[in-house]
Amino acid sequence: MNRPMTIAEKILADHAGLDHVEPGQLVEVSVDIALGNDITAPIAIEIFKKTGVERVFDRSRIALVADHFTPNKDIKSAEQVRMLREFSEDQAIVHFYEGGEVGVEHCLLPEKGIVLPGDVVIGADSHTCTYGALGAFATGVGSTDLAAAMITGKTWFKVPETLKIIYKGELQPWVSGKDLILYTIGDIGVDGALYMAMEFTGPVIEGLSMAERMTMSNMAIEAGGKAGLINPDEKTKKYVEPRAKREYRFFSSDEQANYAKVIEYDCSKIEPQIAFPHLPENTVSISEVGTVELDQVVIGSCTNGRIEDLEVAARILEGKKVSKGLRLIVLPATPSIWSEALDRGYLKIFSDAGAIIGPPTCGPCLGGHMGILAKGERALSTTNRNFVGRMGHPESEVYLASPAIAAASAILGRIGSPAEL
Amino acid sequence: MKFKGRVWKFGKNIDTDAIIPARYLNTSDPRELAKHCMEDADPEFPSKVRPGDIIVADSNFGCGSSREHAPIALKAAGVSCVIAPSFARIFYRNAFNMGLPIFECEEAPRLINEGDEVEVDGDTGEIVNLTTGKSMKAQPIPPFMQELIKDGGLISHIMKSSKENTA
Repeated sequence: MNRPMTIAEKILADHAGLDHVEPGQLVEVSVDIALGNDITAPIAIEIFKKTGVERVFDRSRIALVADHFTPNKDIKSAEQVRMLREFSEDQAIVHFYEGGEVGVEHCLLPEKGIVLPGDVVIGADSHTCTYGALGAFATGVGSTDLAAAMITGKTWFKVPETLKIIYKGELQPWVSGKDLILYTIGDIGVDGALYMAMEFTGPVIEGLSMAERMTMSNMAIEAGGKAGLINPDEKTKKYVEPRAKREYRFFSSDEQANYAKVIEYDCSKIEPQIAFPHLPENTVSISEVGTVELDQVVIGSCTNGRIEDLEVAARILEGKKVSKGLRLIVLPATPSIWSEALDRGYLKIFSDAGAIIGPPTCGPCLGGHMGILAKGERALSTTNRNFVGRMGHPESEVYLASPAIAAASAILGRIGSPAEL
Repeated sequence: MKFKGRVWKFGKNIDTDAIIPARYLNTSDPRELAKHCMEDADPEFPSKVRPGDIIVADSNFGCGSSREHAPIALKAAGVSCVIAPSFARIFYRNAFNMGLPIFECEEAPRLINEGDEVEVDGDTGEIVNLTTGKSMKAQPIPPFMQELIKDGGLISHIMKSSKENTA
């Protein structure tokens, strides 16, 4: 009988052409998709050119997504996007997205069926771990590793140990995948899964939508994790089947697999979570927040810019007004999400409430543009990081929360719950 | 492979937005990035740092984004190496790929103070605080990684090796 393995180990073993791998083992694996964006790909392209190699390993296996500083915020950003465009034209890259076709990469790639279950995906963007929600081994790397993968179609990994987290119990009202992952990071810390693959399991995970699962996997990196995997199931199949244009495979952890550690949470005790500045681990339950007045609320990003997130926000904002003096910025994460939000009437609700509706972009999440904070300003955001200066001035503050909390807070003018409305 | 320099100290979880804020990522020019290196952690750092200086930080240095601009900025600012009990994994990989030596040493934050003169021996992993005389141990850098650092990073190293092989 084969030795038992985790889903992370199985995917890496498969892509290394081995029957079995163990944590700590160095393996060379084939890469299904290599991803870069308008910040990280320019360095990779320069490196690619420097090596003198003429063609990428496979033009259909590279995704270049100009989503960070787009629509181009300044001349330098426009030059960076031009580098991606010229390289993509020259190499006939199949998955190059800019302009009206672009979406936030980690929402766009699953939506278009470009990343699939069982894949090994590397991306020069730390939130590449999002695709773990599909049952892929996906992780962030630097531009040099991206360049090497664009040339060879391969990369090397140290097989990570796996941290298994089991979520049980009934969810309280307004508790979502975002709250579960914030709670987890608050519990284990921003280096609680350093060098490890995280595996999210249990009945609560089975009950989550694909969007909420992607929110959880997205933030594995905020606990230091190399990947954040979820064993694929019927929901995964339903999501992937109509999108996939190539073969995909489901891998699942064996029951007897070895884990570095197993943690179990009783989710019925978890309230909506807010991460206070300046680390995602500084989590506080909504009932203990006190009065925190806000200047800005952002709903969007690779963490929470999907249609399900906008749906929650729209339900809360319907017929309500954004608090006077507060800026609510809504950024649907992809063109199709934007269009669907239009069809479903969400954009009308946001607009009537007094929100600013922007294009799909990473924009303010990383302090790029479209919602930068002044000195001393405070924002609550559905994004993933609240480091010093993340959304603007080094003396501004970012609080992280779910779309439900964000929508309610925009109405209240302070951090609060929909239960208060 | 030895490094000797004056120490700048930082705390736990120094993230990549502190090392090089995203607002400056509309360029990858090392000289431009160096001008803003560590500025959200210490606004004076870019003007104070001198070539050869060493950063000693607490655990999980380099957490956050995958931006290779972080090790590029540190290297271009003149930082010769970084010592910390642990590094975030993407930063760890990027640092070596960029040719920035980093050392994992549990005791460093306790035994080294800001402004101390420190010498690091990459071959043995020995770290000596020349100001206090105390010494401590890190993992040595294996020979192939030392070659990679000397060549200025992974890509330069590969290109040099491939030239040597065909010569």
